[in-house]
Amino acid sequence: MAQSTAEQLPHHAPDGDGHAHDAAHAEHPFLAHHFDTPKHQFESGKLGIWLFLVTEVLFFGGLFCAYAIYRSLHPEIFVYAHYYLDTFWGAVNTGVLIVSSLTAAWAVRNAQLGEQKKLITNIIVTIALACCFLCVKYVEYSHKFHEHILPGRHFNPTHEAWELESYKKTHGEHAGAHGEEATAHDAAGDTHAAPAEAAPAAPGAPDAQGATAEAKKPPPGALARPRHVSVFFSIYFFMTGLHGVHVVAGIITWLWILRRAVRGEFGPQYFGAVDYAALYWHLVDLIWIYLFPLLYLIH
Amino acid sequence: MTSPSATADVLATPSEKSGENYLVHEKGILSWLLTLDHKRIGVMYLMCVLGAFLLGGVFALLVRTELFTPGRTIVDHDTYNQLFTLHGAVMVFLVIIPGIPAALGNFVLPLQLGAKDVAFPRLNLASWYLWVIGALFMVVSLITNAADTGWTFYTPYSTVTTTSVIPALFGAFILGFSSIFTGMNFITTMHKLRPPGMTWFRMPLFLWALYSTAVIQVLATPVLAITLLMLIVERVVGIGIFDPALGGDPVLFQHFFWFYSHPAVYIMIVPAFGVVSEIFPTFSRKRIFGYKFIALSSVAIAILGFLVWGHHMFTSGQSVVAATIFSAITFLIAIPTAIKVFNWIATMYKGRIHLDTPMLYALFFLWVFTIGGLTGVFLGVMSVDIHLHDTYFVVAHFHYVMMGGSITAFLAGVHYWWPKMTGRMYDEKLGRIACAILFVGLNLTFFPQFILGTRGMPRRYYNYLEEFQGLHQLSTIGAFTMGVAFALTAVYLLRSLKKGRVAPANPWGANTLEWRTPSPPAYYNFHNPPEVTGGPYEYADWVYNARVGGYERKTSDGH
Amino acid sequence: MADHENSHATPQSGPELSASHHDEIAHVTPVRLLLGVWGALMVLTVITVAVTTIDFGPRVNLVIAMAIATIKAGLVVTYFMHLRWDRPFNTLVFLGSLLFVSLFISMTLFDKSEYEPDIDEMYLLKGQ
Repeated sequence: MAQSTAEQLPHHAPDGDGHAHDAAHAEHPFLAHHFDTPKHQFESGKLGIWLFLVTEVLFFGGLFCAYAIYRSLHPEIFVYAHYYLDTFWGAVNTGVLIVSSLTAAWAVRNAQLGEQKKLITNIIVTIALACCFLCVKYVEYSHKFHEHILPGRHFNPTHEAWELESYKKTHGEHAGAHGEEATAHDAAGDTHAAPAEAAPAAPGAPDAQGATAEAKKPPPGALARPRHVSVFFSIYFFMTGLHGVHVVAGIITWLWILRRAVRGEFGPQYFGAVDYAALYWHLVDLIWIYLFPLLYLIH
Repeated sequence: MTSPSATADVLATPSEKSGENYLVHEKGILSWLLTLDHKRIGVMYLMCVLGAFLLGGVFALLVRTELFTPGRTIVDHDTYNQLFTLHGAVMVFLVIIPGIPAALGNFVLPLQLGAKDVAFPRLNLASWYLWVIGALFMVVSLITNAADTGWTFYTPYSTVTTTSVIPALFGAFILGFSSIFTGMNFITTMHKLRPPGMTWFRMPLFLWALYSTAVIQVLATPVLAITLLMLIVERVVGIGIFDPALGGDPVLFQHFFWFYSHPAVYIMIVPAFGVVSEIFPTFSRKRIFGYKFIALSSVAIAILGFLVWGHHMFTSGQSVVAATIFSAITFLIAIPTAIKVFNWIATMYKGRIHLDTPMLYALFFLWVFTIGGLTGVFLGVMSVDIHLHDTYFVVAHFHYVMMGGSITAFLAGVHYWWPKMTGRMYDEKLGRIACAILFVGLNLTFFPQFILGTRGMPRRYYNYLEEFQGLHQLSTIGAFTMGVAFALTAVYLLRSLKKGRVAPANPWGANTLEWRTPSPPAYYNFHNPPEVTGGPYEYADWVYNARVGGYERKTSDGH
Repeated sequence: MADHENSHATPQSGPELSASHHDEIAHVTPVRLLLGVWGALMVLTVITVAVTTIDFGPRVNLVIAMAIATIKAGLVVTYFMHLRWDRPFNTLVFLGSLLFVSLFISMTLFDKSEYEPDIDEMYLLKGQ
């Protein structure tokens, strides 16, 4: 049998110095051979998971960097595009994640106190809330796909921003009245018409060309589609998509923790895994806490 | 130091006899593939890294053969692009970045620290598996119309080329996580698993180097990961982040890429500094000069390394202000590096020098790394870089530091720790000969490239003007000379495994803790945490014993 | 040292575990604190949405949104993620990562703003 693959290696303790060490290991089957005490093991694991969270911060940091660059250079894109997002669902998801953070932190407490049933309950609720989050995202994404609001070169929206409910709510009904006007297929024609009529709310956008599709001519006073609106959606889908992947990874992690919790592996002397999973989960929540205002609350 | 006398029987170490040494403690392939022992993981990494080095080296020889004559020599231009791309990607991601930390550091770190293992042994094994998977993806790219973008994957070419870029990107992505796991492990191990008495400033300098490297690995590698992911998504979905027609910016890719890849070169060289910092004092029988300066300069280099990435982009349309800042900090980074070089030399001054193979490699390192490092400063001067960017001068510079710096130090470390890892001594004479051949080969390969660069020969070019042929041919001859040196090294190292003299616990008389264990060490490293009462570079208590062919402590207790 | 500690302590149902219990491995967060932080987070979320109904101008809007997000983040990191009671080094590690992200973002942003005007100009000319 391959001994070194087990949780602990057998000990040779011919001298007195190793005795206390071995006693601690005999008493705590989850104590790995290279740690002295459960507390030692726990704190080492803590440092380890924080280092991993550092890598996650830097990982998402790259995307926040891309966001910062494009928003600072082309705020008009972000203002125009945000009408396509539903603040309500974004806020719901924020609330869902915050509650799940509560249950995750509570689960750690339960594990520390040896409260088996409460631990299992909190883990299950955390998983359920995470699944809720994904469901809401599914609803949002499928709506966008349906409307051909897609990233990059696939961006080809069925409706312009000024035709949307969210726009009409803030800008009044008249904006939608001329939505049925014939689309202008001549890009040059669009360019000539648009600057004179483009709403002052879109500074720095000299023409109304979309990246891949010709924009419909906006009614007077309505927001014209700025150049390269697809940039926003590229960023939106990438950031929320990557975040979603991390939510899925979180669910898998919690399922694994749940299995171990059900088998009674956690207690006051050994709860590190629950703590570390919760820390990862809080980070997922943290990232969303920033994504929500940056993507959904632009105005 | 070279004692010819003892027989295998007399020298059989207690651990070999008792079956406690980590190599024999368990048998069977699964005991290796599922091991949690950092020493076995280090050995597996060593074998893999050397295998990848062979692969990357074959690509190098193919590239150099092609360049022996202008125009077509053995392959066409598209294949040539693929060859240098793979050479670069394999060498950077599979060999040099993991190299010293994973193959040597994994083995040595807990032993030098006085710990029983790294903090997270399973994470360690996972990092090895990730290396293997990353390597497989690289091989997939290789056999399915290999990527031809250069190892830097610059946009816009990398988003439009029809070659197998995505497997290469994904391979590098996975290798990044292998690197991150190693970094996480080392930092935690050094914070949490030091035995009593092992204060930060009593740690060997190799550990300081590994710590600094680990910090870079943890901070920089995720940015590479997101960059590669962006490129993959750009190719698959067309999100347009790097495509100007969709509102994106190809230079943004360069910013993202170099934010990792500049610190990455410090991942490559700082461990090398650590290895030679062990070798110089040991083979001069003299305490290292300026311990604290060397230790802290590793940290300084790690931090400053994050502030200079724009010096790869002087000709990419960067703003002059940004370029100036990057250039100035690039000069600054030469200072902690130079401090190390001066301290190593001062260590040797008035020491009792022993020119064993590890020391020869260390001296070799000192010479070629200084050349490589100084030429980096030349390139850091913006006005000079305008002319030298993307020429062979750059190629020569980075090969001097990567090949002459990292690989030479890697070899120094392999030779230094070989007796500890394998329990055998290699043939010293052949070691010295191979080192000399390598020295000649390396300089013959890359020095002409400095000249080629200043005369205007661009890099990555398949074809070239007649006037450059002589220098190219010298370079190619040098490359094959290096091949001979490596082949010879492989032969005598492999032979030592069966035929080599059994190694004593401390053949070199070093004072760091790994030399207190038998050669090879027991699977559990130490019965009890060793007592640390002094610094790592005190040699007064070690006396040479000709009978065992190694050093023993004056007040010896056998451990 | 926890040599003689039981592996599974008897479950304690009270909301507070005595913080001076010398055998415990780590601080246990009281339930009231958990709920209090959660409540604050929910309230702050409501505020951040409600505040969008008032327009302070694009720059200030963003600053307000980020400030509220940072307060929320601070609560999560300090209390839910336990840094309040943890070793200070872990806090240092986390803040270090934020430092490097800001370094990355600021240098890149600084550079991009240098040549974007040229691109804008090009499109302007094209439009005419």
